[in-house]
Amino acid sequence: MDRTTIDLWVGVFVALGMAALLGLAMKVGNLTSANIGPTYSVSAAFENVGSLKPHAPVKSAGVVVGRVDSINFDGSKFEAVVKINIDQRYAFPKDTFANIYTAGLLGEQYIGLEAGGDEANLKNGDKITQTQDAIVLEKMISQFLFSKASETKSDSKEPDVKPLASAKASGSKAATKAVELGDPGF
Amino acid sequence: MIKSTLLIAVARMLRGLGARMIDRIWRLGAGARLFFLTIFYSGESFRRFHLILREIYFTGVMSLLIIIVSAFFVGMVLALQGYNTLQKYGSSEAIGVLVALSLVRELGPVVTALLFAGRAGTAITAEIGLMKTTEQLSAMEMMAVSPIARVVAPRFWAGVISMPILATLFSMVGILGGYLVAVPLIGVDDGAFWSQMQANVDFRVDIVDGLIKSLVFGVACTMIALFEGFDAPPTAEGVSRATTRTVVISSLTVLGLDFILTSFMLVV
Repeated sequence: MDRTTIDLWVGVFVALGMAALLGLAMKVGNLTSANIGPTYSVSAAFENVGSLKPHAPVKSAGVVVGRVDSINFDGSKFEAVVKINIDQRYAFPKDTFANIYTAGLLGEQYIGLEAGGDEANLKNGDKITQTQDAIVLEKMISQFLFSKASETKSDSKEPDVKPLASAKASGSKAATKAVELGDPGF
Repeated sequence: MIKSTLLIAVARMLRGLGARMIDRIWRLGAGARLFFLTIFYSGESFRRFHLILREIYFTGVMSLLIIIVSAFFVGMVLALQGYNTLQKYGSSEAIGVLVALSLVRELGPVVTALLFAGRAGTAITAEIGLMKTTEQLSAMEMMAVSPIARVVAPRFWAGVISMPILATLFSMVGILGGYLVAVPLIGVDDGAFWSQMQANVDFRVDIVDGLIKSLVFGVACTMIALFEGFDAPPTAEGVSRATTRTVVISSLTVLGLDFILTSFMLVV
């Protein structure tokens, strides 16, 4: 088969397209980030994982040391079991602390590992016992509102004295009624 | 007297409107017939693959320059505009995600298709229209060579093959353009730019969906260009009108299809 220059150019064109697709898959997409060389698998149980997702980073001291492999629900204990793959190069003590953090105020959630002081290291298939759940914003807001509401309740007793005083001074019927409504316990 | 002329004018308008509608539907049916004939004859043109290669050279390779240059500028503008807004919320590292997602999901396929319609679609329409005008197509039929197998099908497959390649290139070059503006020019952190992108761009959902879009646009743009050329009245004016129509109809079809495809892809 005779080769022409057109063949060459079409070949260059197709090669460029392949290279671009490869670039998109490797550099832009998450096709490669899932595997980070040899890893060992560790599980951790959380009462609430928030919006943690598979492939989320596992960081220690801010450096990515692994990825979340899977998140499952344990029906007997009613908690979430998170499997994480940690890079074989990094060994963590058995009493390592696993927290779920949020990157920034609105960022994605990741697992932060804080190393403990145990002599023995985590092995493949081990379980991290010390965990801290994800912070759920709604819970925090409702807690804040409840505490704020109870504060205002205790505050409201003092200013109620004023209308009482003015009502006694004027002696009008409407004012005494307002006092009765305003503070029945008085 | 006045009443009757008014009635005649209204009737003429309605008649013209109806005739135009019927013409459109006629053309739609003829286009669908040409599409099926093209698929039917494509086995023959795949056996003579050098014809397809030649057309890939003319539609794909020759469009490289315009695609790469415009992708570069689109990426740079996206990065500039994105940074402008993102830095107000203190998340300028997300600029990589913004550039990558908007290019891979939308701008890559759509802008490539629009440029392709202008660059390659018009060429196809004008070429086939002129072939028809100079009676080359009739001559082929005379020699028992099917013009659909010899002229239409190779161009169709060349367009369908070229479009995803061009769109992928567009996205990649656009991201490189965005990188150039974001990292060396503005000073966004290099690692954050790529890692945020990798964390948020999914291969299956974003990149493959973009490829599917560009494939659909490739079929639509090439088919419209081929049909307009095939359908053009064999006059100089007819060919020029057909070329204009190719650009207009292709652009509108691409934008409409984009909405439909996106709504399908995002629901899942």
